[in-house]
Amino acid sequence: MTYTKRFDGRAFDEMRKIEAKVGVVPNADGSAFFSFGDTKAIAAVYGPRTLHPQHLKNPQKGVLRCYYDMISFSVTERKKPGPSRRSSEISFVTSQALSEVVQLNNFPNSVIDVFITIIQADASTRCAGINAASMALAHAGIPMTGLVSAVSVGNIGGNITVDMIKEEEDYEEDGEKYATDTPMAFLPDGRISLLQLDGKTSPEMLKKAIEAGRKACVKITDIQKKTLKSLEAEK
Amino acid sequence: MEVTELTKRRIIEYLNEGKRFDERGLRDFRKITVETGISKNAEGSARVIIGKTEVLAGVKMAMGEPYTDSPDSGTMMVSVELSPIASQKFELGPPKIESIELARIVDRGIRESGFIDFSKLCVKKGEAVWTIFIDIYPINHDGNLIDASALAAIAALKTAVFPEYDKETNKVKYGEFSTKKLPLADENMPLTTTFYKIGNKIVLDPIVEEEETAEARLSIAVSKPKKKEVMINAIQKGGYTPLTDAELDEILDYVPKIWDEINDALNKSLEASEKHKKKK
Repeated sequence: MTYTKRFDGRAFDEMRKIEAKVGVVPNADGSAFFSFGDTKAIAAVYGPRTLHPQHLKNPQKGVLRCYYDMISFSVTERKKPGPSRRSSEISFVTSQALSEVVQLNNFPNSVIDVFITIIQADASTRCAGINAASMALAHAGIPMTGLVSAVSVGNIGGNITVDMIKEEEDYEEDGEKYATDTPMAFLPDGRISLLQLDGKTSPEMLKKAIEAGRKACVKITDIQKKTLKSLEAEK
Repeated sequence: MEVTELTKRRIIEYLNEGKRFDERGLRDFRKITVETGISKNAEGSARVIIGKTEVLAGVKMAMGEPYTDSPDSGTMMVSVELSPIASQKFELGPPKIESIELARIVDRGIRESGFIDFSKLCVKKGEAVWTIFIDIYPINHDGNLIDASALAAIAALKTAVFPEYDKETNKVKYGEFSTKKLPLADENMPLTTTFYKIGNKIVLDPIVEEEETAEARLSIAVSKPKKKEVMINAIQKGGYTPLTDAELDEILDYVPKIWDEINDALNKSLEASEKHKKKK
Protein backbone atom coordinates (compact mmCIF):
# COMPACT_ATOMS: atom_id res chain seq x y z
CA MET A 1 0.00 0.00 0.00
CA THR A 2 1.72 3.13 -1.17
CA TYR A 3 -1.12 5.62 -1.17
CA THR A 4 -0.04 7.49 1.94
CA LYS A 5 -0.28 11.05 0.62
CA ARG A 6 -3.27 12.35 -1.30
CA PHE A 7 -2.81 13.56 -4.88
CA ASP A 8 -3.94 17.05 -3.96
CA GLY A 9 -2.17 17.14 -0.62
CA ARG A 10 -5.28 17.11 1.55
CA ALA A 11 -5.49 15.29 4.86
CA PHE A 12 -7.44 12.02 4.54
CA ASP A 13 -10.38 13.42 6.50
CA GLU A 14 -10.31 16.75 4.71
CA MET A 15 -12.92 17.71 2.13
CA ARG A 16 -12.16 19.80 -0.92
CA LYS A 17 -13.01 23.49 -0.87
CA ILE A 18 -16.76 23.85 -0.69
CA GLU A 19 -18.63 26.68 -2.33
CA ALA A 20 -22.33 27.20 -1.82
CA LYS A 21 -24.76 29.76 -3.16
CA VAL A 22 -28.50 30.10 -3.35
CA GLY A 23 -30.70 31.85 -5.88
CA VAL A 24 -28.65 30.88 -8.91
CA VAL A 25 -31.67 30.16 -11.15
CA PRO A 26 -33.99 33.17 -11.07
CA ASN A 27 -36.90 31.41 -12.78
CA ALA A 28 -37.06 28.63 -10.22
CA ASP A 29 -38.98 28.74 -6.94
CA GLY A 30 -35.73 27.89 -5.22
CA SER A 31 -32.21 27.11 -6.40
CA ALA A 32 -28.69 26.49 -5.20
CA PHE A 33 -25.15 25.85 -6.32
CA PHE A 34 -22.86 23.47 -4.45
CA SER A 35 -19.31 22.45 -5.27
CA PHE A 36 -16.68 20.12 -3.87
CA GLY A 37 -13.56 21.49 -5.58
CA ASP A 38 -14.02 20.86 -9.30
CA THR A 39 -17.32 19.01 -8.89
CA LYS A 40 -20.05 21.55 -9.45
CA ALA A 41 -23.78 21.06 -9.16
CA ILE A 42 -26.80 23.30 -9.63
CA ALA A 43 -30.23 22.41 -8.31
CA ALA A 44 -33.50 24.15 -9.09
CA VAL A 45 -36.85 23.54 -7.41
CA TYR A 46 -40.19 24.04 -9.16
CA GLY A 47 -43.32 23.60 -7.11
CA PRO A 48 -45.30 22.57 -5.26
CA ARG A 49 -47.35 22.38 -8.44
CA THR A 50 -50.01 20.13 -9.93
CA LEU A 51 -48.72 16.66 -10.60
CA HIS A 52 -48.92 15.26 -14.10
CA PRO A 53 -49.53 12.55 -15.13
CA GLN A 54 -52.73 12.33 -13.14
CA HIS A 55 -52.32 8.71 -12.01
CA LEU A 56 -49.18 9.52 -10.02
CA LYS A 57 -51.12 11.91 -7.78
CA ASN A 58 -51.23 10.96 -4.14
CA PRO A 59 -54.22 12.35 -2.23
CA GLN A 60 -52.40 11.77 1.08
CA LYS A 61 -49.20 13.64 0.40
CA GLY A 62 -47.10 15.36 -2.20
CA VAL A 63 -44.45 13.73 -4.33
CA LEU A 64 -40.81 14.78 -4.38
CA ARG A 65 -39.41 14.11 -7.82
CA CYS A 66 -35.70 14.53 -8.49
CA TYR A 67 -33.96 14.55 -11.85
CA TYR A 68 -30.19 14.19 -11.90
CA ASP A 69 -28.35 14.91 -15.11
CA MET A 70 -24.78 15.57 -16.22
CA ILE A 71 -24.24 17.97 -19.07
CA SER A 72 -22.44 16.45 -22.03
CA PHE A 73 -19.19 18.34 -21.50
CA SER A 74 -19.03 17.90 -17.72
CA VAL A 75 -16.77 14.86 -18.21
CA THR A 76 -13.63 14.25 -20.26
CA GLU A 77 -15.30 12.01 -22.82
CA ARG A 78 -18.53 13.59 -24.08
CA LYS A 79 -21.55 12.12 -22.35
CA LYS A 80 -24.51 11.49 -24.60
CA PRO A 81 -27.12 14.08 -23.59
CA GLY A 82 -30.31 12.91 -21.94
CA PRO A 83 -31.17 10.37 -19.26
CA SER A 84 -29.30 7.09 -18.88
CA ARG A 85 -29.69 4.08 -16.63
CA ARG A 86 -27.11 5.58 -14.31
CA SER A 87 -28.81 8.97 -14.10
CA SER A 88 -32.24 7.37 -13.57
CA GLU A 89 -30.90 5.41 -10.63
CA ILE A 90 -29.19 8.45 -9.12
CA SER A 91 -32.38 10.49 -9.53
CA PHE A 92 -34.28 7.75 -7.73
CA VAL A 93 -31.89 7.43 -4.77
CA THR A 94 -31.67 11.23 -4.52
CA SER A 95 -35.45 11.47 -4.12
CA GLN A 96 -35.26 8.82 -1.43
CA ALA A 97 -32.39 10.60 0.32
CA LEU A 98 -34.32 13.87 0.52
CA SER A 99 -37.96 12.84 1.00
CA GLU A 100 -37.84 12.21 4.75
CA VAL A 101 -37.04 15.84 5.63
CA VAL A 102 -39.58 17.41 3.25
CA GLN A 103 -42.99 17.76 4.85
CA LEU A 104 -44.85 16.35 1.92
CA ASN A 105 -48.12 15.84 3.79
CA ASN A 106 -48.71 19.58 3.35
CA PHE A 107 -49.03 19.14 -0.38
CA PRO A 108 -51.50 16.41 -1.35
CA ASN A 109 -51.87 15.79 -5.08
CA SER A 110 -48.89 18.01 -5.81
CA VAL A 111 -45.36 17.52 -6.92
CA ILE A 112 -42.15 19.25 -5.99
CA ASP A 113 -39.72 18.88 -8.88
CA VAL A 114 -36.01 19.15 -8.23
CA PHE A 115 -33.73 19.41 -11.24
CA ILE A 116 -30.07 18.70 -10.56
CA THR A 117 -27.50 19.50 -13.22
CA ILE A 118 -23.84 18.62 -12.93
CA ILE A 119 -21.89 21.21 -14.83
CA GLN A 120 -18.43 19.88 -14.07
CA ALA A 121 -17.57 16.47 -12.71
CA ASP A 122 -14.63 15.34 -10.62
CA ALA A 123 -16.21 12.50 -8.59
CA SER A 124 -18.90 12.76 -5.89
CA THR A 125 -21.44 14.32 -8.25
CA ARG A 126 -24.49 12.71 -6.64
CA CYS A 127 -23.42 14.03 -3.24
CA ALA A 128 -22.85 17.56 -4.56
CA GLY A 129 -26.26 17.28 -6.23
CA ILE A 130 -27.99 16.24 -3.01
CA ASN A 131 -26.35 19.08 -1.09
CA ALA A 132 -27.45 21.59 -3.71
CA ALA A 133 -30.97 20.11 -3.85
CA SER A 134 -31.37 20.22 -0.09
CA MET A 135 -30.45 23.92 -0.07
CA ALA A 136 -32.64 24.68 -3.08
CA LEU A 137 -35.65 23.13 -1.32
CA ALA A 138 -35.06 25.32 1.72
CA HIS A 139 -34.54 28.33 -0.54
CA ALA A 140 -37.91 27.61 -2.17
CA GLY A 141 -39.51 27.91 1.26
CA ILE A 142 -40.68 24.30 1.34
CA PRO A 143 -41.34 23.24 4.94
CA MET A 144 -38.59 20.88 6.01
CA THR A 145 -37.55 19.25 9.26
CA GLY A 146 -33.89 19.85 8.43
CA LEU A 147 -31.23 19.81 5.77
CA VAL A 148 -29.79 16.69 4.18
CA SER A 149 -26.03 16.58 3.67
CA ALA A 150 -24.10 14.10 1.57
CA VAL A 151 -20.49 13.15 1.10
CA SER A 152 -18.59 10.37 -0.54
CA VAL A 153 -16.07 8.45 1.53
CA GLY A 154 -13.47 6.20 0.02
CA ASN A 155 -11.35 3.40 1.32
CA ILE A 156 -8.05 3.35 -0.50
CA GLY A 157 -6.10 0.34 0.71
CA GLY A 158 -7.14 0.83 4.32
CA ASN A 159 -7.06 4.63 4.31
CA ILE A 160 -10.46 6.15 4.92
CA THR A 161 -10.50 8.96 2.38
CA VAL A 162 -13.13 11.66 2.63
CA ASP A 163 -14.42 13.32 -0.57
CA MET A 164 -12.33 11.54 -3.19
CA ILE A 165 -11.41 13.14 -6.50
CA LYS A 166 -11.68 11.17 -9.76
CA GLU A 167 -7.97 10.40 -9.74
CA GLU A 168 -8.40 8.74 -6.34
CA GLU A 169 -11.52 6.85 -7.40
CA ASP A 170 -9.52 5.42 -10.30
CA TYR A 171 -6.41 4.76 -8.20
CA GLU A 172 -4.70 1.55 -9.21
CA GLU A 173 -1.94 -0.52 -7.73
CA ASP A 174 -0.47 -3.42 -9.71
CA GLY A 175 -3.12 -2.85 -12.33
CA GLU A 176 -5.90 -3.40 -9.84
CA LYS A 177 -8.53 -0.88 -8.86
CA TYR A 178 -7.95 -0.01 -5.28
CA ALA A 179 -10.54 2.47 -4.11
CA THR A 180 -13.93 1.70 -2.61
CA ASP A 181 -16.43 4.48 -3.07
CA THR A 182 -19.23 4.98 -0.57
CA PRO A 183 -21.62 7.88 -1.15
CA MET A 184 -23.80 8.57 1.88
CA ALA A 185 -26.27 11.16 3.15
CA PHE A 186 -27.31 12.05 6.67
CA LEU A 187 -30.30 13.72 8.28
CA PRO A 188 -29.83 16.18 11.16
CA ASP A 189 -30.79 13.42 13.63
CA GLY A 190 -27.95 11.26 12.33
CA ARG A 191 -30.06 8.76 10.41
CA ILE A 192 -28.68 7.68 7.06
CA SER A 193 -30.85 8.27 3.99
CA LEU A 194 -28.42 7.39 1.20
CA LEU A 195 -25.91 4.58 1.25
CA GLN A 196 -24.27 3.09 -1.79
CA LEU A 197 -21.00 1.28 -2.18
CA ASP A 198 -18.79 0.09 -5.00
CA GLY A 199 -15.55 -1.71 -4.42
CA LYS A 200 -14.21 -4.01 -1.76
CA THR A 201 -14.31 -3.32 1.94
CA SER A 202 -14.80 -5.19 5.20
CA PRO A 203 -17.83 -4.46 7.39
CA GLU A 204 -15.51 -2.89 10.01
CA MET A 205 -13.94 -0.50 7.51
CA LEU A 206 -17.39 0.43 6.26
CA LYS A 207 -18.39 1.39 9.79
CA LYS A 208 -15.30 3.61 9.99
CA ALA A 209 -16.12 5.19 6.64
CA ILE A 210 -19.65 5.97 7.82
CA GLU A 211 -18.28 7.64 10.94
CA ALA A 212 -15.92 9.78 8.84
CA GLY A 213 -18.81 10.66 6.52
CA ARG A 214 -20.99 11.63 9.44
CA LYS A 215 -18.34 14.04 10.73
CA ALA A 216 -17.85 15.60 7.30
CA CYS A 217 -21.60 16.01 6.85
CA VAL A 218 -21.88 18.00 10.09
CA LYS A 219 -19.48 20.50 8.50
CA ILE A 220 -21.43 20.50 5.25
CA THR A 221 -24.72 21.14 7.05
CA ASP A 222 -23.05 24.10 8.73
CA ILE A 223 -22.02 25.58 5.38
CA GLN A 224 -25.48 24.96 3.92
CA LYS A 225 -27.12 26.70 6.88
CA LYS A 226 -24.72 29.65 6.81
CA THR A 227 -25.33 30.15 3.10
CA LEU A 228 -29.10 30.13 3.57
CA LYS A 229 -28.86 32.48 6.54
CA SER A 230 -26.66 34.99 4.71
CA LEU A 231 -29.48 35.30 2.21
CA GLU A 232 -31.80 36.32 5.03
CA ALA A 233 -29.31 39.02 6.00
CA GLU A 234 -29.20 40.38 2.43
CA LYS A 235 -32.94 40.84 2.42
CA MET B 1 -53.33 -6.77 -5.87
CA GLU B 2 -52.50 -4.00 -3.50
CA VAL B 3 -51.50 -4.86 0.05
CA THR B 4 -54.04 -3.26 2.38
CA GLU B 5 -53.12 -1.08 5.34
CA LEU B 6 -54.77 -3.70 7.54
CA THR B 7 -52.45 -6.42 6.28
CA LYS B 8 -49.43 -4.17 6.67
CA ARG B 9 -50.36 -3.42 10.28
CA ARG B 10 -50.84 -7.10 10.99
CA ILE B 11 -47.44 -7.95 9.46
CA ILE B 12 -45.74 -5.39 11.71
CA GLU B 13 -47.61 -6.56 14.82
CA TYR B 14 -46.63 -10.14 14.03
CA LEU B 15 -42.99 -9.25 13.42
CA ASN B 16 -42.84 -7.40 16.72
CA GLU B 17 -43.71 -10.73 18.34
CA GLY B 18 -41.01 -12.35 16.23
CA LYS B 19 -43.53 -14.11 13.99
CA ARG B 20 -44.08 -14.24 10.24
CA PHE B 21 -47.10 -15.30 8.20
CA ASP B 22 -45.30 -18.38 6.92
CA GLU B 23 -43.83 -19.23 10.33
CA ARG B 24 -40.24 -18.51 9.36
CA GLY B 25 -37.73 -16.81 11.65
CA LEU B 26 -36.88 -13.20 10.79
CA ARG B 27 -33.59 -14.13 9.11
CA ASP B 28 -34.72 -17.43 7.54
CA PHE B 29 -34.77 -17.78 3.80
CA ARG B 30 -37.47 -19.77 2.06
CA LYS B 31 -36.27 -22.88 0.23
CA ILE B 32 -33.81 -21.90 -2.50
CA THR B 33 -33.71 -24.02 -5.64
CA VAL B 34 -31.20 -23.38 -8.40
CA GLU B 35 -31.39 -25.18 -11.70
CA THR B 36 -28.93 -24.55 -14.52
CA GLY B 37 -28.95 -25.13 -18.26
CA ILE B 38 -32.59 -24.22 -18.73
CA SER B 39 -32.10 -22.92 -22.28
CA LYS B 40 -30.07 -24.82 -24.84
CA ASN B 41 -29.61 -21.69 -26.94
CA ALA B 42 -28.06 -19.59 -24.22
CA GLU B 43 -24.35 -19.60 -23.46
CA GLY B 44 -25.37 -20.06 -19.84
CA SER B 45 -28.69 -20.05 -18.04
CA ALA B 46 -30.34 -20.67 -14.70
CA ARG B 47 -33.63 -20.72 -12.89
CA VAL B 48 -33.77 -19.66 -9.26
CA ILE B 49 -36.80 -20.40 -7.15
CA ILE B 50 -37.10 -18.90 -3.68
CA GLY B 51 -40.43 -19.87 -2.18
CA LYS B 52 -42.92 -18.83 -4.82
CA THR B 53 -40.58 -16.31 -6.40
CA GLU B 54 -39.13 -17.53 -9.68
CA VAL B 55 -36.48 -15.84 -11.81
CA LEU B 56 -34.79 -16.90 -15.05
CA ALA B 57 -31.39 -15.61 -16.07
CA GLY B 58 -29.48 -16.15 -19.29
CA VAL B 59 -26.01 -15.29 -20.51
CA LYS B 60 -25.51 -14.38 -24.16
CA MET B 61 -22.13 -13.38 -25.56
CA ALA B 62 -21.45 -10.97 -28.37
CA MET B 63 -18.37 -9.50 -29.98
CA GLY B 64 -18.19 -5.77 -29.55
CA GLU B 65 -15.92 -2.80 -29.26
CA PRO B 66 -14.27 -2.00 -25.92
CA TYR B 67 -14.79 1.24 -24.06
CA THR B 68 -12.14 3.82 -24.92
CA ASP B 69 -10.90 4.03 -21.34
CA SER B 70 -10.34 0.27 -21.11
CA PRO B 71 -9.34 -0.92 -24.59
CA ASP B 72 -8.26 -4.38 -23.41
CA SER B 73 -11.26 -5.26 -21.24
CA GLY B 74 -14.44 -7.06 -22.13
CA THR B 75 -17.76 -5.56 -21.15
CA MET B 76 -20.90 -6.66 -19.36
CA MET B 77 -24.50 -5.55 -19.55
CA VAL B 78 -27.16 -6.62 -17.09
CA SER B 79 -30.82 -6.03 -17.81
CA VAL B 80 -33.98 -6.99 -16.01
CA GLU B 81 -37.33 -7.32 -17.69
CA LEU B 82 -40.17 -6.83 -15.22
CA SER B 83 -42.83 -8.35 -17.41
CA PRO B 84 -46.55 -8.40 -16.47
CA ILE B 85 -46.31 -12.19 -16.51
CA ALA B 86 -44.76 -12.08 -13.04
CA SER B 87 -47.02 -9.69 -11.16
CA GLN B 88 -50.04 -7.45 -11.47
CA LYS B 89 -47.72 -4.64 -10.45
CA PHE B 90 -45.66 -4.83 -13.64
CA GLU B 91 -46.71 -3.14 -16.85
CA LEU B 92 -45.63 -3.38 -20.45
CA GLY B 93 -43.42 -0.67 -21.86
CA PRO B 94 -39.90 0.67 -21.62
CA PRO B 95 -37.88 -0.19 -18.49
CA LYS B 96 -38.97 1.71 -15.42
CA ILE B 97 -36.78 2.70 -12.53
CA GLU B 98 -37.53 -0.50 -10.60
CA SER B 99 -36.03 -2.68 -13.30
CA ILE B 100 -33.14 -0.30 -13.96
CA GLU B 101 -32.22 -0.22 -10.27
CA LEU B 102 -32.52 -3.99 -9.91
CA ALA B 103 -30.26 -4.54 -12.93
CA ARG B 104 -27.71 -2.09 -11.63
CA ILE B 105 -27.58 -3.70 -8.17
CA VAL B 106 -26.87 -7.09 -9.79
CA ASP B 107 -24.36 -5.49 -12.17
CA ARG B 108 -22.38 -3.71 -9.48
CA GLY B 109 -22.10 -6.77 -7.25
CA ILE B 110 -20.61 -8.81 -10.09
CA ARG B 111 -18.44 -6.04 -11.51
CA GLU B 112 -16.91 -4.86 -8.22
CA SER B 113 -16.20 -8.32 -6.81
CA GLY B 114 -13.74 -9.23 -9.55
CA PHE B 115 -15.71 -12.45 -10.22
CA ILE B 116 -15.29 -11.93 -13.97
CA ASP B 117 -11.76 -11.40 -15.27
CA PHE B 118 -12.58 -8.82 -17.92
CA SER B 119 -8.98 -8.66 -19.17
CA LYS B 120 -9.38 -12.25 -20.46
CA LEU B 121 -12.33 -11.17 -22.59
CA CYS B 122 -10.14 -9.15 -24.93
CA VAL B 123 -9.85 -10.53 -28.45
CA LYS B 124 -8.01 -7.66 -30.13
CA LYS B 125 -6.95 -4.67 -28.06
CA GLY B 126 -8.93 -1.55 -28.86
CA GLU B 127 -11.00 -3.34 -31.50
CA ALA B 128 -12.75 -6.49 -30.43
CA VAL B 129 -13.75 -7.70 -26.99
CA TRP B 130 -16.42 -10.03 -25.66
CA THR B 131 -19.55 -8.50 -24.23
CA ILE B 132 -21.42 -10.56 -21.67
CA PHE B 133 -25.15 -9.92 -21.69
CA ILE B 134 -26.92 -11.09 -18.56
CA ASP B 135 -30.67 -10.89 -19.04
CA ILE B 136 -32.96 -11.52 -16.11
CA TYR B 137 -36.64 -12.38 -16.36
CA PRO B 138 -38.76 -12.75 -13.22
CA ILE B 139 -41.51 -15.28 -13.90
CA ASN B 140 -43.30 -14.98 -10.58
CA HIS B 141 -42.80 -12.18 -8.09
CA ASP B 142 -43.45 -13.18 -4.52
CA GLY B 143 -40.89 -10.92 -2.92
CA ASN B 144 -37.11 -10.65 -2.81
CA LEU B 145 -36.53 -10.35 -6.54
CA ILE B 146 -33.18 -8.67 -5.89
CA ASP B 147 -31.57 -11.64 -4.17
CA ALA B 148 -33.18 -14.14 -6.55
CA SER B 149 -32.02 -12.18 -9.60
CA ALA B 150 -28.47 -11.78 -8.32
CA LEU B 151 -28.25 -15.51 -7.56
CA ALA B 152 -29.69 -16.46 -10.96
CA ALA B 153 -27.11 -14.25 -12.67
CA ILE B 154 -24.27 -15.95 -10.77
CA ALA B 155 -25.58 -19.44 -11.51
CA ALA B 156 -25.97 -18.60 -15.21
CA LEU B 157 -22.43 -17.20 -15.35
CA LYS B 158 -20.98 -20.27 -13.61
CA THR B 159 -22.36 -22.56 -16.29
CA ALA B 160 -21.70 -20.32 -19.29
CA VAL B 161 -19.32 -21.22 -22.13
CA PHE B 162 -18.01 -19.16 -25.03
CA PRO B 163 -19.77 -19.55 -28.35
CA GLU B 164 -17.64 -20.42 -31.37
CA TYR B 165 -16.52 -17.51 -33.50
CA ASP B 166 -14.80 -16.88 -36.81
CA LYS B 167 -11.26 -15.86 -35.94
CA GLU B 168 -10.83 -13.84 -39.15
CA THR B 169 -14.00 -11.76 -39.10
CA ASN B 170 -14.58 -11.97 -35.33
CA LYS B 171 -18.20 -12.93 -36.06
CA VAL B 172 -19.88 -15.13 -33.49
CA LYS B 173 -21.28 -18.44 -34.75
CA TYR B 174 -24.46 -18.44 -32.73
CA GLY B 175 -25.75 -21.84 -31.74
CA GLU B 176 -22.27 -23.40 -31.81
CA PHE B 177 -20.73 -23.66 -28.38
CA SER B 178 -17.14 -24.22 -27.38
CA THR B 179 -16.26 -26.07 -24.20
CA LYS B 180 -14.37 -23.06 -22.88
CA LYS B 181 -15.81 -21.63 -19.68
CA LEU B 182 -15.94 -17.93 -18.92
CA PRO B 183 -12.92 -16.49 -17.06
CA LEU B 184 -14.39 -16.51 -13.57
CA ALA B 185 -12.53 -16.13 -10.30
CA ASP B 186 -14.59 -18.46 -8.12
CA GLU B 187 -12.92 -17.18 -4.96
CA ASN B 188 -14.46 -13.74 -5.65
CA MET B 189 -17.99 -14.97 -6.28
CA PRO B 190 -20.40 -12.31 -4.97
CA LEU B 191 -23.69 -13.20 -3.31
CA THR B 192 -26.32 -10.59 -2.65
CA THR B 193 -28.61 -10.32 0.34
CA THR B 194 -31.18 -7.64 0.92
CA PHE B 195 -32.12 -6.60 4.44
CA TYR B 196 -35.61 -5.16 4.84
CA LYS B 197 -36.63 -2.80 7.62
CA ILE B 198 -40.23 -3.59 8.53
CA GLY B 199 -41.51 -1.74 11.59
CA ASN B 200 -38.49 -1.94 13.84
CA LYS B 201 -37.31 -5.35 12.72
CA ILE B 202 -34.71 -6.31 10.15
CA VAL B 203 -35.98 -9.15 8.00
CA LEU B 204 -34.51 -11.31 5.23
CA ASP B 205 -36.22 -12.79 2.17
CA PRO B 206 -39.65 -11.14 2.46
CA ILE B 207 -42.75 -12.42 0.72
CA VAL B 208 -44.38 -9.77 -1.42
CA GLU B 209 -46.73 -8.54 1.34
CA GLU B 210 -43.79 -8.06 3.69
CA GLU B 211 -41.77 -6.35 0.99
CA GLU B 212 -44.59 -3.88 0.32
CA THR B 213 -44.76 -3.16 4.05
CA ALA B 214 -41.02 -2.49 4.32
CA GLU B 215 -39.99 1.14 4.76
CA ALA B 216 -36.39 0.66 3.70
CA ARG B 217 -34.02 -1.93 2.38
CA LEU B 218 -30.28 -2.41 2.15
CA SER B 219 -28.87 -4.71 -0.52
CA ILE B 220 -25.35 -5.94 0.11
CA ALA B 221 -23.21 -7.93 -2.30
CA VAL B 222 -20.61 -9.92 -0.44
CA SER B 223 -17.67 -12.03 -1.53
CA LYS B 224 -15.34 -14.17 0.53
CA PRO B 225 -11.92 -14.11 -1.12
CA LYS B 226 -9.98 -17.29 -0.29
CA LYS B 227 -12.91 -18.33 1.92
CA LYS B 228 -11.52 -16.13 4.67
CA GLU B 229 -12.61 -12.61 5.36
CA VAL B 230 -15.93 -11.36 4.09
CA MET B 231 -15.73 -8.39 1.74
CA ILE B 232 -18.55 -6.04 0.83
CA ASN B 233 -18.50 -5.25 -2.90
CA ALA B 234 -21.66 -3.25 -3.41
CA ILE B 235 -24.39 -1.64 -1.36
CA GLN B 236 -27.64 -0.02 -2.31
CA LYS B 237 -30.03 1.56 0.15
CA GLY B 238 -33.60 1.67 -1.08
CA GLY B 239 -36.85 3.04 0.27
CA TYR B 240 -37.83 6.45 1.56
CA THR B 241 -37.16 5.85 5.26
CA PRO B 242 -33.65 6.46 6.61
CA LEU B 243 -31.82 3.88 8.70
CA THR B 244 -30.56 4.50 12.21
CA ASP B 245 -27.03 3.75 13.27
CA ALA B 246 -28.23 0.84 15.39
CA GLU B 247 -30.09 -0.70 12.45
CA LEU B 248 -27.04 -0.31 10.25
CA ASP B 249 -24.81 -1.96 12.84
CA GLU B 250 -27.27 -4.81 13.23
CA ILE B 251 -27.11 -5.40 9.48
CA LEU B 252 -23.34 -5.07 9.15
CA ASP B 253 -22.77 -7.43 12.07
CA TYR B 254 -24.91 -10.03 10.32
CA VAL B 255 -23.11 -9.65 6.98
CA PRO B 256 -20.31 -12.19 7.68
CA LYS B 257 -22.91 -14.97 7.97
CA ILE B 258 -24.75 -14.51 4.73
CA TRP B 259 -22.18 -15.63 2.18
CA ASP B 260 -21.87 -19.15 3.65
CA GLU B 261 -25.61 -19.50 3.98
CA ILE B 262 -26.41 -18.70 0.37
CA ASN B 263 -23.34 -20.46 -0.98
CA ASP B 264 -24.42 -23.66 0.79
CA ALA B 265 -27.91 -23.40 -0.62
CA LEU B 266 -26.50 -22.75 -4.09
CA ASN B 267 -24.10 -25.70 -3.98
CA LYS B 268 -26.63 -28.15 -2.57
CA SER B 269 -29.16 -27.16 -5.14
CA LEU B 270 -26.68 -27.40 -8.01
CA GLU B 271 -25.60 -30.87 -6.89
CA ALA B 272 -29.18 -32.04 -6.67
CA SER B 273 -29.93 -30.69 -10.12
CA GLU B 274 -26.85 -32.45 -11.56
CA LYS B 275 -27.96 -35.76 -10.05
CA HIS B 276 -31.42 -35.26 -11.43
CA LYS B 277 -30.04 -34.65 -14.92
CA LYS B 278 -27.87 -37.78 -14.77
CA LYS B 279 -30.84 -39.94 -13.79
CA LYS B 280 -32.64 -38.76 -16.87
